[in-house]
Amino acid sequence: MLTELGHFALILALGVAIVQMIVPMIGAHKGNVAWMAVAEPAAITQFLLVGFSFATLTWAFMTSDFSLQLVYANSHTDKPMIYKISGVWGNHEGSMLLWILILTLFGAAAALFGGNLPMRLRARVLAVQASIGVAFFAFILFTSNPFLRLAVPPLNGRDLNPLLQDPGLAFHPPFLYLGYVGLSMAFSFAVAALIEGRVDAAWGRWVRPWTLAAWMFLTIGIALGSWWAYYELGWGGFWFWDPVENASFMPWLIATALLHSAIVVEKREALKSWTILLAILAFGFSLLGTFIVRSGVLTSVHAFANDPERGVLILMIFAFFLGGSLILYAARAGVMQAQGVFSTVSRESGLILNNILLAVSAFVVFIGTIWPLVAEMLFDRTLSVGPPFFDAAFTPFMVVLAIVLPLGSMLAWKRGSLSRGAKPLLPWLILAVALAALAFAIQSGRSALGPIGVALGAWVVGGALADLWLRSGREGFATRLRRMVRLPRADWGKAVAHIGMGVTIFGVAAMLAWQKEDIRIAQIGDRWAVGQFEFSLDDVRQFDGPNYITTMADIGIWQGDKRLSTLTPEKRFYPIANMPTTEAAIRNGFLRDLYVVIGDPQAQGGYAVRVYVKPFANWIWGGAILMALGGVFSLTDRRLRVGAASAKVTAKAVPAE
Amino acid sequence: MKRLLLLLAFLAAPLWAVEPGEMLDDPVLENRARSLSKGLRCPVCRNESIDESNATLSQELRIVLRERIVAGDTDEEAIDFIVARYGEYVLLRPDARGANLVLWLAAPTLLLIALGVGWVTIRRRNTTTVALSDAEKAELEKILRS
Repeated sequence: MLTELGHFALILALGVAIVQMIVPMIGAHKGNVAWMAVAEPAAITQFLLVGFSFATLTWAFMTSDFSLQLVYANSHTDKPMIYKISGVWGNHEGSMLLWILILTLFGAAAALFGGNLPMRLRARVLAVQASIGVAFFAFILFTSNPFLRLAVPPLNGRDLNPLLQDPGLAFHPPFLYLGYVGLSMAFSFAVAALIEGRVDAAWGRWVRPWTLAAWMFLTIGIALGSWWAYYELGWGGFWFWDPVENASFMPWLIATALLHSAIVVEKREALKSWTILLAILAFGFSLLGTFIVRSGVLTSVHAFANDPERGVLILMIFAFFLGGSLILYAARAGVMQAQGVFSTVSRESGLILNNILLAVSAFVVFIGTIWPLVAEMLFDRTLSVGPPFFDAAFTPFMVVLAIVLPLGSMLAWKRGSLSRGAKPLLPWLILAVALAALAFAIQSGRSALGPIGVALGAWVVGGALADLWLRSGREGFATRLRRMVRLPRADWGKAVAHIGMGVTIFGVAAMLAWQKEDIRIAQIGDRWAVGQFEFSLDDVRQFDGPNYITTMADIGIWQGDKRLSTLTPEKRFYPIANMPTTEAAIRNGFLRDLYVVIGDPQAQGGYAVRVYVKPFANWIWGGAILMALGGVFSLTDRRLRVGAASAKVTAKAVPAE
Repeated sequence: MKRLLLLLAFLAAPLWAVEPGEMLDDPVLENRARSLSKGLRCPVCRNESIDESNATLSQELRIVLRERIVAGDTDEEAIDFIVARYGEYVLLRPDARGANLVLWLAAPTLLLIALGVGWVTIRRRNTTTVALSDAEKAELEKILRS
């Protein structure tokens, strides 16, 4: 009964979305206030309906209602409760419902917090948002209905894929979707602005928080996925340049560019049409990502929900929204008049360079991802584009970006001076080079990767600190420190996010350059050295978990004669799904991770054991968390909070800055 | 993400990526084998190199690769040996021949174009001088005098 109500609510939401797509749009065109006012209650109603629908599906999973086809296929009574809940989005239908829940969540948020928007713009934004909703409601109801019943309910379910039964994966998709779908807000704002034919500083100020929020969630979502791969796959890789990973990385790169160009619109009223284009592309790449994940046209290891027929429909949705908005863009972009004037050396120019690097690097990822498809269709060549290509073609962009970032962010708006911008950075340049030389001296081997990573990391972090320091004035140390604390949160957000970028660059380079690997057959009682540590295989036991059987090893870690700790890597077998999984045991550390995996018993006795020493591994995700934290700081900035009430006043005041 | 997911379906007996038994005793040769195997794609898996893959075929390819290296092949000869049998599909780093030139050159070309457009934009923004209209000049006079 409850399930049918949830199903009905979803259909009702489609109806509401259709109304919200049409009525406010016409109202905005004709200037009819009553028609425009339909948008807000409709957006909130949509969210409530989908929320209810999602809750009923979750309830069906929690109570293991196997009369639902979806629950039967993805759940089991023995499964721990958290995975029963996360099982809701561990499949195609449920994850589409989550997708649309988040879409309506953003719509409702725009209706609730958009009080400062001009009525016409708000009505148009919500109408465009609803049109995306309509497409996906129709998609889910007609091709991927999660509420289908089984005529004869089975006694128990088929269990969720064991790899998805993991806390990392319980949270990875919701964050990723918050990011993906959040970019729809930027898209809606862009299309509404095109229809309106006006983009000004105020528009930049309105669109930025939405983009910032989406970008933040996307950052966390990608980091969670990468972290999960790191500890789950059993050999400690963290990024594979897999099509589906790329699908989430492309919108991230474009959203990052958009964040920066929206600042130029907000502060200087320049780069308007470019910013609009980025907003369209960011969501376009999100849709493309959805298509890649769901259709299975590209061979990916993520394929968990692909179905070519559904893929075609998503491709049509993608083509409609991207094509439609680009046609609109071509017709209207000329209307956007740039106001701000700036000289060659200025913050604006720095941000243009940032945008070029980010956009072209996103293009590298794009062409690498789709090239196998193009080559097969057009040139009849079956080939692969893998990590070696991306490492060679993508990395240079990040290196250049890291080199110019501190300089660009120090330049003044409008007219800057390179020498003045570079002066406070000089000590950091020296430090970065010195650290790189030190790293080169103490590392074994001649690899340049580690030292370059050290130099770039120190340079970017130092640049961000120097920027903060410079903004604190010229007085004594204590006064400057006090002033620094009271700087606007946006300044802190910028510094923290840039520091995060530096930390991640360093972490990636350090881990790749200096990790140690040891693969061997160990007998129980053996002890061996890897780097400065020793490892001992003490025992191997077998026992039963809630819905699996596990083989667990006790591996001791020693430094000299001191036993640091015991790690217990596992090899699990899930009988219901008939699948084995590897559970690596990791001793996380600030300076290094010790990563241990137990393998199969060998014919000649003993077990295969893999040990990795991964220096600075946690810095990779630590940097990502810092980036997201920078987003939080920026988002809570005074001008975004207080600006709400006085947006119209500030909007006029901005160009005078 | 759900990386092993489909792959595991292929497995009758779970193997792992590089097994201790197949490794060469000479660390220099073994290192060469490892770095070569990271650039070769497992033909039956989803999207994995034979270095990471657990499939039986990958294991066999790893062993073949090591045999070629022990037999004295250069890196290129060893790779060509496998490409000759499985096609260019196994190369994770596509060559730069024929149509693949597009793949390799597209981004640098786009970068140059983007830099050009960016430069023109910046210069144009730069040269635009904002002249005051007569009315504005008069207004300014008035403000300055008062």
